[in-house]
Amino acid sequence: MNTFYKYAVFLIISLVIVAGIVLPIPNIPALGDKARVLYFHVPMSWISVVAFVMSLWYAVRFLKSKEISYDIKSFSAAQLGFLFCILATATGSLWAKFNWGSFWNWDPRQTSIFILLLIYGAYFALRSAIDAEEQKARLSSVYAIIAGITMPFFIFIMPRLVETLHPDPIINNSGKINMDTSMLIIFLTSLLGFTLLFLWVMNLKTRLEMLKYRKSLKQAQ
Amino acid sequence: MKDFINNVRIVFLKDVRSELRTRYVINSLLMFVLVTISIIRFAIGDEKIEDEILTGLLWISIFFSASGGLARTFVKEEEKETSAALKLSASPTEIFAGKLIFNLVLTFILNFLILILFILITEYNIKNPVLFISVLSLGNVGLVAASTIIAAIISKANSKGTLYPVLSFPVLLPLLLTVINATKLASAGINPGEIMGEIQILVSYTVVVITASVLLFPFVWED
Repeated sequence: MNTFYKYAVFLIISLVIVAGIVLPIPNIPALGDKARVLYFHVPMSWISVVAFVMSLWYAVRFLKSKEISYDIKSFSAAQLGFLFCILATATGSLWAKFNWGSFWNWDPRQTSIFILLLIYGAYFALRSAIDAEEQKARLSSVYAIIAGITMPFFIFIMPRLVETLHPDPIINNSGKINMDTSMLIIFLTSLLGFTLLFLWVMNLKTRLEMLKYRKSLKQAQ
Repeated sequence: MKDFINNVRIVFLKDVRSELRTRYVINSLLMFVLVTISIIRFAIGDEKIEDEILTGLLWISIFFSASGGLARTFVKEEEKETSAALKLSASPTEIFAGKLIFNLVLTFILNFLILILFILITEYNIKNPVLFISVLSLGNVGLVAASTIIAAIISKANSKGTLYPVLSFPVLLPLLLTVINATKLASAGINPGEIMGEIQILVSYTVVVITASVLLFPFVWED
């Protein structure tokens, strides 16, 4: 089962990479071939948000039960989320260079991902500043929740300040998906592939951190 | 309920008394404010600066002076090792409320001082003073709400001084962006109706953060 899972993830992602680069793409005004970034950039941003929500969820579970394994899951999700957040920023800013003319121009979308990066950074800084395992778990969970509840305010604030130039998100205001069928298939496959990849690495990461924790307990005895 | 208010009052008065004894925060913050505003004054020189930029400078001074003062409230309990005694004498919610009120009073005194000095030394022209003061006060309450819980978190960590701005900035950013925009518009003399949206965001931010802080503070405070 486990081997099958790994090969399936490998196959899906290879397929997406090849299809995303080779297959013809319908002509989209002002985007053209640059729209191909969608196959990679959107799944990255999606996972960075999913990982953040997962990290929050496990933080709440930890505070409720004081079960250290929840904190380990919360921390692993945050680490992976940070990685995918960096990937989303990098792919997005490469695209921005060729579509908007500069790598970084403080578009509302760029500002919000920048804040997500800052929150992740602050969370790791806090964790490294506390020694006791249980206290580290408690305080970083509290911080993750405080940061998590203030994030949604950006949805209301950003549109008031500047208009975004970012192409319509997949789930847009009208609730419709404006995408060519062949593109949609590749895009959904990519989303599936990267989500499966994320879940697999998340599983590995959690087990690894769990082993490290048990080892540190043994050494302490 | 009566007990609750009484205990909050006692925690608050205890902080006021210990502050008046040492005057550590007041003295260092007063100097900090003076230094910051003089730097701004010397940087400006004889230039005529637009009011929009002055609003930004005002909020920079407020943010950094707040980060000097507000972070102290819980750190000082850890440094003087009085937190265990405090834990025994009141419930977490009472302590949090007392500290929050103390921080509010401190920031209000400080920020109005900053504002007065700011108006005196730069040619800051506020066209709608009533709206400006109310937006500034709302912003202050939000700033204190978020800072108090973060001060409680960092008081247990190792590198307290450097950690505060790192942790508070992403949490405060929604508030700061809104309040800077609102004060900018208020100083330009806009009608209150036109920044109703900003005021709603400020109020809801403050309510959400205080509610979450009250719920989460017991987890930070326990040992």
